Amino acid sequence: MNYTSQKSLTYNPSLARNIGNRTLTIISALFAFISVLPLILVISYVLIKGGSYINIETLILEPEPPGDDLLSAGGIGPAITGTFIMAVIASIISIPVGVGGGIYLTEYSKSGKFAKFIRFGSNVLAGVPSIISGVFIYAIIVSTKILFGSMFSGIAGGISLSILMLPTIIKTTDEALKLVPDDMRRAALGVGASKFTMITNITLPAAFSSICTGVLLALARAAGETAPLIFTALFSRYYITSFDDLFYEMGSLSVLIYNFALEPYEAQNQLAWAASFILVVVLLSLNILSRWIGSHGAFSKNKL
Amino acid sequence: MIKKNIKSTPSVSLDNVSITYGNSVAVKNVFCNIEKNQVTSFIGPSGCGKSTVIRAINRMNDLIEGCKLSGSVIFEGIDIYAEDIDPVEVRRKIGMVFQQPNPFPKSIYENIAFGARVNGYKGNMDQLVEESLTKAAVWDECKDKLNESGYSLSGGQQQRLCIARTIAIEPDVILMDEPCSALDPLSTLKIEETIHELKKNFTIIIVTHNMQQANRVSDYTAFFNTEKKDKDLSGKIGFLVEFDKTKKMFTSPNQKSTQDYISGKFG
Repeated sequence: MNYTSQKSLTYNPSLARNIGNRTLTIISALFAFISVLPLILVISYVLIKGGSYINIETLILEPEPPGDDLLSAGGIGPAITGTFIMAVIASIISIPVGVGGGIYLTEYSKSGKFAKFIRFGSNVLAGVPSIISGVFIYAIIVSTKILFGSMFSGIAGGISLSILMLPTIIKTTDEALKLVPDDMRRAALGVGASKFTMITNITLPAAFSSICTGVLLALARAAGETAPLIFTALFSRYYITSFDDLFYEMGSLSVLIYNFALEPYEAQNQLAWAASFILVVVLLSLNILSRWIGSHGAFSKNKL
Repeated sequence: MIKKNIKSTPSVSLDNVSITYGNSVAVKNVFCNIEKNQVTSFIGPSGCGKSTVIRAINRMNDLIEGCKLSGSVIFEGIDIYAEDIDPVEVRRKIGMVFQQPNPFPKSIYENIAFGARVNGYKGNMDQLVEESLTKAAVWDECKDKLNESGYSLSGGQQQRLCIARTIAIEPDVILMDEPCSALDPLSTLKIEETIHELKKNFTIIIVTHNMQQANRVSDYTAFFNTEKKDKDLSGKIGFLVEFDKTKKMFTSPNQKSTQDYISGKFG
């Protein structure tokens, strides 16, 4: 007998390897728990603390100027609409460009030098700190007053957010289209479809849910950004009332939090908590929505 | 070695076709005349280039980077590799059924209607869908679920749906690249019956690994084989050994290697 072996086949908990096994399982489970702890703590803290300040008035009123003599600080209504408007502007710019770029990468220039350059470029762009995007738009749009003489504006804010959304959208479109089996493309071309018809009727619809997921994740990231907006949209306490107001300073939830959380007045701090609550809820729902859409992909049996 | 058939005008003729991927030659010097309204099968061991040749007939090789063809492929008197030829138009005339069933992720009805629509079909779509599915012998199985996804069908039914989709665009030639390799014997039998029906209206070229299938369904058979390259011992070049009526190929072929392959001595 060259092997040291137990006589019986039953599980022996005091064996060295079984003890080691259990210890490592416990340690890794512990670390896994610690790694999600910040998420749970941040979200629950914001939800509990911010949730208590949420009421109809907070949601629709305009914020009052800071000062401790006021009973009410007003609300965060303009910031909510501002975030929404800038997210829409960012989407209008980045979705067509990003999806178009992704289509080009996968369907037209599979492995050309230009495609490699774009893929590399969008990876780099994804890693660019958001404040850089803000400074960049400040330099080319805000300080030059290129947008009909306006300086800080909601449009500039939207553009700077679109820069942050772009790489994510290009990448997810690229990846989503790559996941569409080449069989589909051959099938479409085999029945005499042109490349354009193939893309618009077969590959894009097949990749649609994954692309939506990417767009929503990009949107969720952009909507929560503060740094680019400080340089571009600045802040405003008023609702926008006309189209022209897009060319003036615009409030947003993230900048409102930045401004009001640092005020020495309790009322403003409460508004910042309320804004945090709304922001977290919106971002969470965007993430959950994107997961839900992603799980209802095109290649499941029941769905058309 | 190279047999030319000049009884009637061929539907497709391959004239000294050689195909290369990058620097390696896949198949060389193929001469072959494919008769109208007949089933022609391509048989041969793996890597002999039969799939490459069939894809060359409707310019599917265009999708593969670095694939080049020399010689000419003549379809109805026109060289389809001429500069002014639109491959999209070629594929409308020469349809293809692939090895793996590949229905679109759409409803059964839309699977048929899509091809018809991109080809500018103006007639009654419901009628076309029914006719195509009937011709492909799959109508009974899916007439009650035309609005369900094509993926709800079994593999054999999906493949017949793909055949129906190809029939719907009324091509002159249907290419089938190992259409039964992913199917069970019963589905295979049904597809073979379908092929028998189809040859009344279409010219059919089928690539198959299954010699019995070639014997059962085809009127003409082309046998491809491989030979080692001169310099590079690992690479193989495919070439056409013999092309004749299936009956003759399976009873008294001219070439010894055909005889050996068909009787199962190699391959």
